Amino acid sequence: MAKAKVKAIPKAKKAEGELSWKDIEIGCFITEPGNAIQFKTGDWKSRRPVFDFSKCNKCTLCYYYCPEGCIAETPEGYFDTDLFYCKGCGICAEECPKDAITMAEEEK
Amino acid sequence: MAKREGLEVSVALGDAVKLADTDVVAAYPITPQTHIVEHLAELVADGDLKAAYIPVESEHSAMSACLGASAIGARTFTATASQGLELMHEVLYIASSMRLPVVMAVANRALSAPISIWGDHSDAMAVRDTGWIQIFVENGQETVDNVICAFRIGEDRRVLLPVMIHLDGFSLTHVIEPIILPEQSEVDQFLPPFKYPLPLDPKKPVTMGAFGPPFIYTEVKWAQEVNLEAAKAVILECWQEFGKTFGRYYSPVESHHSEGAKVLLLTMGSLSETAMVAVDKMRGEGKEVGLLKLRLWRPFPFAELRQAVKDAEVLIVLDRALSFGGPGGPVCSEVKAALYHETKKPKVIGFVGGLGGRDISMSGFEEMINKGAELARTGSEREFEIFGVRE
Repeated sequence: MAKAKVKAIPKAKKAEGELSWKDIEIGCFITEPGNAIQFKTGDWKSRRPVFDFSKCNKCTLCYYYCPEGCIAETPEGYFDTDLFYCKGCGICAEECPKDAITMAEEEK
Repeated sequence: MAKREGLEVSVALGDAVKLADTDVVAAYPITPQTHIVEHLAELVADGDLKAAYIPVESEHSAMSACLGASAIGARTFTATASQGLELMHEVLYIASSMRLPVVMAVANRALSAPISIWGDHSDAMAVRDTGWIQIFVENGQETVDNVICAFRIGEDRRVLLPVMIHLDGFSLTHVIEPIILPEQSEVDQFLPPFKYPLPLDPKKPVTMGAFGPPFIYTEVKWAQEVNLEAAKAVILECWQEFGKTFGRYYSPVESHHSEGAKVLLLTMGSLSETAMVAVDKMRGEGKEVGLLKLRLWRPFPFAELRQAVKDAEVLIVLDRALSFGGPGGPVCSEVKAALYHETKKPKVIGFVGGLGGRDISMSGFEEMINKGAELARTGSEREFEIFGVRE
């Protein structure tokens, strides 16, 4: 399995909340391919997955089931999620055969 | 020099689309638009117009195909009417929001039920909030001229918006009129080639119609509104330029004997021609009446309208559409709104008439003007009057 790498997030010219109507391209077109990487979906979640590596057998099921593709392999061969993108759907916790993933309440 | 000849307005319209050297036509036939797209299909099949003709399975697909064509930078045309325009409805917003300058002829026709294939403005009014430029014409020559202008206006880098040319079904689409078709060289001179600034191109990818979360949607819509309002200056410039080139001038609010008129009638589309004759007759009898014709519906010409009505005592507005349960016709309620803050303004009396192809004759307009003036004096309990309904 190829090691998943989470790419560095390129810095947007202006923060989301600072864009004026004059900053928008014609028809709100996106002229920079792949800029969805800047879009934080991690703040949608009400619960986040917590990975217990002591229970993990590195089976990769969480990696394949994650609908957002935001679970990546750690340098030690375990798996963890990128909370910038993770929407907290809980599918990984549901599918984990070792119950190594639990869903914790987001406190803030 | 182009010469005047007898042409069916739909055929002349198709010829104007050919003169504009249109690249793509995607259309679905519907009465009373049929002759327009049939003629274009013939022109393409005969090799007289080098264009792709896409025979789609519905109007929803027609407009969707037009968006794709326009997005790669093709000069794109379609035509429809009534239920066809309604079936396109959701895609109309996408054309204007994505700033794709499709030109569409709308052969104004009533909406069902009951099924009516005849003319009124219900279809045009139902799409007034879709962000398109909407221009009404009243005869064949105006149709040809404004179709050519529509490409130049919509494709202007300062505009980039789709344009509807509204011509009344049957009373315009199916009549033969003396029309001057401009020479190809004159049109080539007047209408520059279309160059879309951000076309779909694999070498330089762009995403059109992406997700717009709450943090950006308001800004996008405001940019669109500012743009549509600013388009008015380009429309005026285009009509001015057209007049210099071809000798026929157009303006957002046109007048006929409005000078010194105490009572003004405001109409749109082909019925304006009959209304002109009625006003001529009444003027001949010494009555101080005049006519205003609203040509530009979107963007709404606030300043021109206020200027045109400022000295009148009564303004009678004829709508060929109903806003059910609302304040009457869409035109009248917008005219009233435009005048609300004016200190000196005429009394506005709204009539709804000419629905589903019901004709309004010269004597009908005389009756409407007299009744409107009377109601302005006596007042009315109703928000608007329905014209010519049998009790």
